[in-house]
Parts: sequence; structure tokens; C-alpha cells
Amino acid sequence: MDFALLFDHFFEYTITGLALGSIYALIALGYTMVYGVLQLINFAHSEVFMFGTFAVVWVLFAFHATPASSTAAVIGYLAVALVVAMAVSGGIALLLERVAYRPLINRNAPKLVALISAIGASFVLSEAMGLRDEIAKKLHIDGGIGRYIAKARETSSIPIDINPKTLFTVGDYGVTTIDLLLIGAALVMMLLLDQFIRRSRLGRGIRAVAQDPEAAALMGVNATRVIQTTFLIGGMMAGAAATLYMVKIGTTRFNAGFILGVKAFTAAVLGGIGNLRGALLGGLVLGVAENWGSAVFGSEWKDVVAFVLLVLVLLFRPTGLLGESLGKARA
Amino acid sequence: MTRLPSLSFGGRVDALPKWSKVLLWILLALFFYALPLLELPVIKTPDTDFAGVLFTVAIYCLVALGLNIVVGYAGLLDLGYVGFYAVGAYTVGVLTAAHASWPYLLVIPVAVIVAMISGVILGAPTLRVRGDYLAIVTLGFGEIIRLVITNLSWLGGARGISGIPGPPSVPANNADGTVTDPLFEIPHLVWQNGQPLVDLDNKTKFLKFGVIDAVPYYWFALSIIILVLIADILIKDSRVGRAWEATREDEDAAELMGVPTFKFKLLAFAMGAFIGGLSGALFAGKQGFINPQSFQLLLSILFLAAVVVGGQGNRWGVLVGAALVVYLPERFRGFEEWRVLAFGIALMVLAIYRPEGVIPPRQKRRAKKMQQEIEALEEGALDDAEVTHG
Repeated sequence: MDFALLFDHFFEYTITGLALGSIYALIALGYTMVYGVLQLINFAHSEVFMFGTFAVVWVLFAFHATPASSTAAVIGYLAVALVVAMAVSGGIALLLERVAYRPLINRNAPKLVALISAIGASFVLSEAMGLRDEIAKKLHIDGGIGRYIAKARETSSIPIDINPKTLFTVGDYGVTTIDLLLIGAALVMMLLLDQFIRRSRLGRGIRAVAQDPEAAALMGVNATRVIQTTFLIGGMMAGAAATLYMVKIGTTRFNAGFILGVKAFTAAVLGGIGNLRGALLGGLVLGVAENWGSAVFGSEWKDVVAFVLLVLVLLFRPTGLLGESLGKARA
Repeated sequence: MTRLPSLSFGGRVDALPKWSKVLLWILLALFFYALPLLELPVIKTPDTDFAGVLFTVAIYCLVALGLNIVVGYAGLLDLGYVGFYAVGAYTVGVLTAAHASWPYLLVIPVAVIVAMISGVILGAPTLRVRGDYLAIVTLGFGEIIRLVITNLSWLGGARGISGIPGPPSVPANNADGTVTDPLFEIPHLVWQNGQPLVDLDNKTKFLKFGVIDAVPYYWFALSIIILVLIADILIKDSRVGRAWEATREDEDAAELMGVPTFKFKLLAFAMGAFIGGLSGALFAGKQGFINPQSFQLLLSILFLAAVVVGGQGNRWGVLVGAALVVYLPERFRGFEEWRVLAFGIALMVLAIYRPEGVIPPRQKRRAKKMQQEIEALEEGALDDAEVTHG
């Protein structure tokens, strides 16, 4: 135990923890929204995120970005990458809903079965990415895309260097542009989404289905459409998270989604699953707790700290920090 | 396909006289004991040691029986079952190799009890948490166990523990390690153009637990499975089994009827942990070495998949599920890199087309029929009500 390290670098650990937590929070949204509407653990959501990270890498490849690219160009590329990643992740999430969930929802199958279907879908998606070279070969489209499918089982990294600038210092830690970008983007997106759920017509539909699917159907809410929207929004947020993640970390793998998915799901439960603000709070708390834990106990214990925190919170607040329910998010 | 229950497979077996039923079960058990010796051409895994695969199948079957008590009978979603498996395996590792050198057979009961205690320790605070939260808490527990064994050098750290002894051979080997003659040897079969021949070059030494031949381990595991199955049947049909069922179907109603639901949930958890620890102990004895890599979260998910795919709540179903989950990827090892993809597709297809599992429990089928009858009745009653009001 080494509290001195934490106290000496308190702001560094806290701010980088918040930045990490922002990514968790954005992924957690996908879990929490689907749970709010369907009461299902969308196990394959981590793969939706993973596809987003690859979309970012491929967009940068397509622009022939190099470490020598100018800053303005890099920002432009990343903006395009953000849009593409959101589209790709949203698309994968919709596909997932169509293939793995809708047949089960229509048949009113037990929840656990939907979980198994999602686990299957998760394997399929991550393996499809891990086998992309083989698949391309089978389809005879491996001619011009060698760079995109090379070393499918290994780590892919973005072809640019991102050198964060220090903007200002808090305590003794220089806050970088990346930290600010991550935290700011997460906050803005959460705010927009929160307003969307509260004020828009579709948002009202989502809340109605979350509260009482039958009554919502009787009132003329198209449940299938609401579910699709939920998956789409969750997927797009995962795409945004993927872009931020690639800016911060820079590398991805076909199985990179799994551990982040577990963390994000933990964050969602921590904040109160089904609750949008809970996802944000849970993500940030988890990110900070992990960083503090790694300072005090050593970095190999940070996941233990995260899970112990989760267990403790659930023991004293069995429905998470902010309580559950998307439906009851006040209008 | 006939719809008469008396003519279904189960119904026909039930109708047989008792002695022939017993004979049938004994024959079935004998078949499974003989399976690795028969070397059946289509069933046999072409690229891996078939007996080794059968041993893994047996371990998964045992785990599935344990998890079935938790998930299928008591209705508690457990995503961290691998934690108990790890506790069992590591207790064996610590007491036989790392920090003491107790005999393996003595350590098994200790490992099982340690796993059970860990189940109670985890269950007592967390079983008050509802449904899906329980899933994530147990998932967290499984991960905590794995991370702790990875980080504690006392438990071997990432390198794990090696040199774990297996069950003792009968008759015992010499003190200097040379192998004594077995009681007897059983030759395997070899198939040539569909003709079974006795292969005298390939013999299994009865009760000799060595490194190369996995058959004795498989027999050992199979015997334990049979014992666990008998215990499972006795418990399921007892007061405890009915209490679990009541708790699963409606916890509040069960509590009102005087079932101490918390106590029974904890019991289910402890029994699940008991069997999980037992399978871990068997795994450690066969493998000889264990490291944190063997206890990934993915394993918990595979265990759960085995239970749900087979048909949660039906002990024969989960055995089939466990066998499928291990056997299919091994049988099709020829497709090496595609097999996980195929497994994922298989999971989805099974979930969508057989949502109740390959072999659903009997009362589920009955309940489904009952539900339809009630619905038909209710609709009739509604019509009557409308008539009187009108």
C-alpha cells in the first residue's frame, strides 16, 4: 500500500481516471439503454465497440495518414473517422438486433436465452474480425485491401502519432488536450442524449416502452422501432467511444472489446443499470477508482479494486448509485 | 411424431418393468465407460486424443450439473462459476504441490469444502441482490479470484503451480517412480473398413494414472459424475428441490408460503460451489499443472452456455449441452481457425430455434401446455363476461 504516491500525484490520477471513465461511460450507455428497454444484458455490445475502433483505423488508412500529416489534416481525418465509426457501430448494433434479438423478442423467449444468443453473436463478430483476412480470401476481394486485413489476429494501430499538448495545470498535473477532449466529448454527448430521451418524440417512446411495453403498444408506440432506435443510439455512442479510445490508446485487436465491455457493463451496473445519468456517473467513478486503486495497491490490482468496489456498492445500494429505470428518468 | 405422452421416449422407458429399467441404466453406464476403448470411427476426434477430449467432456458435465443446480433449479444467474472451479483446483495445487504434499485423494474433500465455504462467503451478502445484479456480482467474483491468483506469488503467480499429483495408481507404483504391473490391461479396438478388430498394441492399464493415457482419469471422472447424478436425483425430488423450484418460479409467493428462500438460495449456491470445486480438483489432478490462464472469464460463459443450450433445469439436458460445448470444437479441429466462429453461430441458432434447450425439463413442457389451456379458458370466460354485461 502506497498512499504517498496517490497523494503526491492526486490530480494526475484523478484526471486521467476521469478521461478513462468517459470512455467507459459512453460504452456503458449501450448496455444501459438496451437494458432499460428490454431488460437484457446486451453481451455483444463490446463487439459493436470493437468494430468502431477498426473503423477508425481503416479511415486513417484510407486517407493515407502518416505521422508526418499536419495537425489540421489529422483533426479532419479524425472527424471523418468519428462519423464513420459511429455509422459502422450503429450499423452493427442494428444488425445485431435484427439477427440475434428480434427472433427471440418476437417469441417472448426467456431472458437467459437471449443472453446466450448474444454470447453467440459476440463470438461471431469478434471472430469475423479476427478472420477478416481468411474471409476476404474466400470472397476473392483480398486484392487491393491488403493493408486493411493484414495480420488479422494481431494488434492494429493507427498510422499517426498523436502528441497531446498541455493546456493548463491543475495541482501539479498538466491537463492535456486529449484528457479534455475525452471528458468534454463524453459530457456533451451525455447531455445531448439525455435531452433527446427527455424531450423528443422518439425519446418519449423509448421511455414509454421501458416503463410498460404493453401499455406503450396500446398507446400506439411502435415497439420494434423503439428497440431499433435504442440499439442504434447505443451503437453510435460506442462508435464515438471507439474514436476517443483510439485517440487515447491508439491500438486495437479483434478481441479488444471484451475487457472494455466487462468494464463498461460494470460501470452501467454501478451507476444503476437502465439509468442514463447513472451510466455517466458509474463510468467516471469506475475510471477514477481504478486509477486510485492502481496508485495505492499497484497497477496489477486495479481490476480487483474495480470489482470489489462494484460488489460493495451493490451490497449497500442494490440497484446501483442512482437507482435503475430509464422509464422513470423524469420528463 | 405422436403427441401422446405415454408413447414418448420417456414415457415408454417409464412403462418398462423396474428390473429392465435398472438394466438399461447399467448398460448405458457401461457404454460410457467403454466409449474411449471403442474408438468409434465417426465419433472419435481425428486430431486430438479422444480420451483426453472425453475427460474434458466429463469435467464440463460435472460443472454443468453443479451450475444447473444454481441456474436451472434455483434460478440464480451465475456468471462467475469458474471462480469455484479455480478455488477447487488451487486448493489441490497448494496442498499437494506448492506448500504441502498431502495425498491427492485426501485433498479432494478439503478442496470441495473450501470451495463450498467460498460459495457461502460469496452468497451470504450477494444473494440479497436481485437477478441480473447477481449475474454481474458473480462475474466480478470470478474475475477477482482470477486476478488474485495471478497476482499472489504465494499461489505461483502467472506461472501457476506444477507437479500436482493425480489419483494414486492401484497397485501403487514403486517409491523410485518405476511403474508396477497393473491389475490387468484392456485392449482398445481398431476399425478397419467398418470391421472392429482388437488392437493388442494399444492397451489401457486399469487404474494406472500416468501421463500419456487419459482413459483412467476419464473413468475416475465418470464414476464421480454417476455419484453426483444420484445425489442430484435424490435432492431434486426432495423437499429441498421443491423449495428451489418454488423460489425460482416466484420468490415472494414462496416466502409467503413459508419457504425460507434465502436459506435455500444459499444452499443452492453452496452445492453449486461444492460441485464446481470438485471438478476443479479433478482437473488439477489430471492436468498436473494449473495457472490463471485456465480460469478465464470465458470459461464461465462456456459453462453457462452448456447449461442453457442443453436445457437448464434438466440434468440430462445439461449433460448433453456440456458434451456439445466441448466436443463440437474438438471434433472439427480440422477447421481450426473457423471453429469459434462456427460455435458462435451454433449458439445463436440453438438459442433462436430451441430456446428451451436441446432437452427442456419436463415440467417446462407441461407448464407450456397448461398455459395454453388456461389462456383458452380465460378467453372463454371473457366472452361470457361480455355477454352478461351486454
